Amino acid sequence: MKSECSGSNRGRVLAWVGAVGAVFLAAQPASAADTVKIGASLSITGPASFLGEPEEKTLKIYVDKINAQGGVNGRKLELVVYDDAGDANKARTFATRLVEEDKVVAIVGGSTTGATMAMVPVAEDAKVPFISLAGAIVIVDPVKKFVFKTPHTDRMACEKIFADMKKRGLTKVGIISGTGGFGKSMHDECVKVASTSGVEIVADETYGPKDSDMTPQLTNIKNKAGVQALLNADFGQGPAIVMRNIKQLGITLPVYQSHGVASKSFIDLAGPAAEGVRLPAAALLVADKLPANDPQKPIAVGYAQTYEKETGKPVSTFGGHAYDGLMMLVEAMKRAGSADPVKIRDEIEKTKGFIGTAGMFNMTSTDHMGLDLGAFKMLQIKNGDWTLAD
Amino acid sequence: MLARLGPPAAIAAVILLAPLLFQSGYHFRIGALVWINALAVIGLNVLMGLAGQVSLGHAGFFGIGAYAAAVLPARYGLHPLAATAAGAVLCAAVAFTVGRPILRLKGHYLAVATLGLGMLVAMVLTNEVWLTGGPDGMPAPRPDLGGWRISGPETWYWISGTVLVLGVLLAQNLRISPAGLALGALHDSEVAAGTLGVDVARSKLVAFVVSAVYGSVAGSMLAFLNGHVTPDRAGFLQSIEFVTMAVLGGLGSMIGSVAGAAVLVVIPQVLTFFHEYEHLMLGVLVILIMVLLPSGVVPALSSLLARRRKE
Repeated sequence: MKSECSGSNRGRVLAWVGAVGAVFLAAQPASAADTVKIGASLSITGPASFLGEPEEKTLKIYVDKINAQGGVNGRKLELVVYDDAGDANKARTFATRLVEEDKVVAIVGGSTTGATMAMVPVAEDAKVPFISLAGAIVIVDPVKKFVFKTPHTDRMACEKIFADMKKRGLTKVGIISGTGGFGKSMHDECVKVASTSGVEIVADETYGPKDSDMTPQLTNIKNKAGVQALLNADFGQGPAIVMRNIKQLGITLPVYQSHGVASKSFIDLAGPAAEGVRLPAAALLVADKLPANDPQKPIAVGYAQTYEKETGKPVSTFGGHAYDGLMMLVEAMKRAGSADPVKIRDEIEKTKGFIGTAGMFNMTSTDHMGLDLGAFKMLQIKNGDWTLAD
Repeated sequence: MLARLGPPAAIAAVILLAPLLFQSGYHFRIGALVWINALAVIGLNVLMGLAGQVSLGHAGFFGIGAYAAAVLPARYGLHPLAATAAGAVLCAAVAFTVGRPILRLKGHYLAVATLGLGMLVAMVLTNEVWLTGGPDGMPAPRPDLGGWRISGPETWYWISGTVLVLGVLLAQNLRISPAGLALGALHDSEVAAGTLGVDVARSKLVAFVVSAVYGSVAGSMLAFLNGHVTPDRAGFLQSIEFVTMAVLGGLGSMIGSVAGAAVLVVIPQVLTFFHEYEHLMLGVLVILIMVLLPSGVVPALSSLLARRRKE
């Protein structure tokens, strides 16, 4: 390799270096000293986009609203959002980027449990508060100092469902669950709490995330002697297919779904087959049907109206989790009176009586979710709409 | 001599000089991701570029390496570095056993067989929850060496960079060794290579085992860098990403493997600037590169330079 660069070659190489450098410089975020940055890494595209999309929209709408009212502690908020597409490795990179590059004071998001768990070490190492919007209990159990979450856990969903079953005298349950992260985690939690809830699981079937027909599994459950109720633990499209298959097979057992299907698109996908299904979910979905003295009513109605007006799409509980996370964070920043991440964390942990779309949050040093079972409402689908079951 | 040491030296120089541009741990992480992906791609290039065999299941070995680094220390108390070695041995064993029958296949059939292998690994990692933590993955411990806890993107930048240079050196040596020349010969024509006395089946198997070990070590390093592993690392999309990196950078080129990895790791980070259009832009960019530089970025550019020099 003789390297005697001719003049034109050297010029070209320099031009290349310059161009690459320019791209890097362009990628540097503009620094604005008077704003407070809040970061988010969400699954805006990909298989979990039904979570990330409403979450992103919610964060944007409310950050704009807060800024229009003068910001927090006299400083405007700046939202930095990245799309991790549900990929844990990407989420990890974006979390690093948020902390190291964008210098955010707090992170909201991590739409899925996998993405959240990949981001946790970054937040912990950098001592930046991190409010996850994902479901599984592993996120806050064991408690991690800087990690919080706003959605109910799957264990709570199981407890709520089993309590409702027992009340109706249904104690022999057939479970059909998806093998994706959500379904698997919820299935395991349900198996764990079944015995203490006085419910017996007599049939246990699974299906893959891309399966388009669950009749064989449902036939197995149907043929099992003594099954009194059916529970489907999954989110996304799977549950809608399960509902249609149940209808086709003429199964008349009472059916329970999880909080993972708490969006209008489930009713649309499943159609009339979803009629009569019960599921635990946040009061948000039935905001206008709540009694007038319910403290959650103004918050839930306010959020639902704002979201539907701004986006033109029906509200889902997933966007509500983002609302809860952002508002809880903003309240904590106001109480801390500063944008210091560690002080904000301390104040998030002291959150008491905060009413969000998911219920009333009471954080403690041993409970970084802060919701109790009362936060869940048992809903039933009637005439293509959500109603309160009890 | 220069042709042999040129690529490793160039890559080493980039690894040493790049941090001058870095301003934060995030940059070091991106750098480390490039070196780790490049290592896996160099392994794939031994199989695809040198021996001319297609693999759509390379991420399977990447995943095995990653999970070996996470599972063995967490469940069986093995030292993380020993776990890395165990993962590499396991991958070699799997590649050896599986490679014997499937490397008899050619072209599309081989591609489909390797695809199945990769998917099988991803399925096991997803479903064996007791061992792997299931679809949400599991944490990987941070290794320590005599009290020194190895963590942080900067540390892993230097470790992965060093391992990459070693990997390039070994791959270079393999290429000019009799085994490597045999691989090159069967790339051109298996029949001709056979008549010249090359043991075609054995040579392919060697390439497959070597590529698997590269993938495994890269996977283990990713697990340590992230501190968390998920099954999507062994998945089909990851395999496709590796093949894209290899083809984009230039099949058979060491520097090309690194360039391909750099393009697919760095560009998406730069494109976040364009929000909704980032995937579109990435797609357009890859198509443009493949149309304008069909032999891959590095071979196309170097032949362009060579032609200019002659003028």
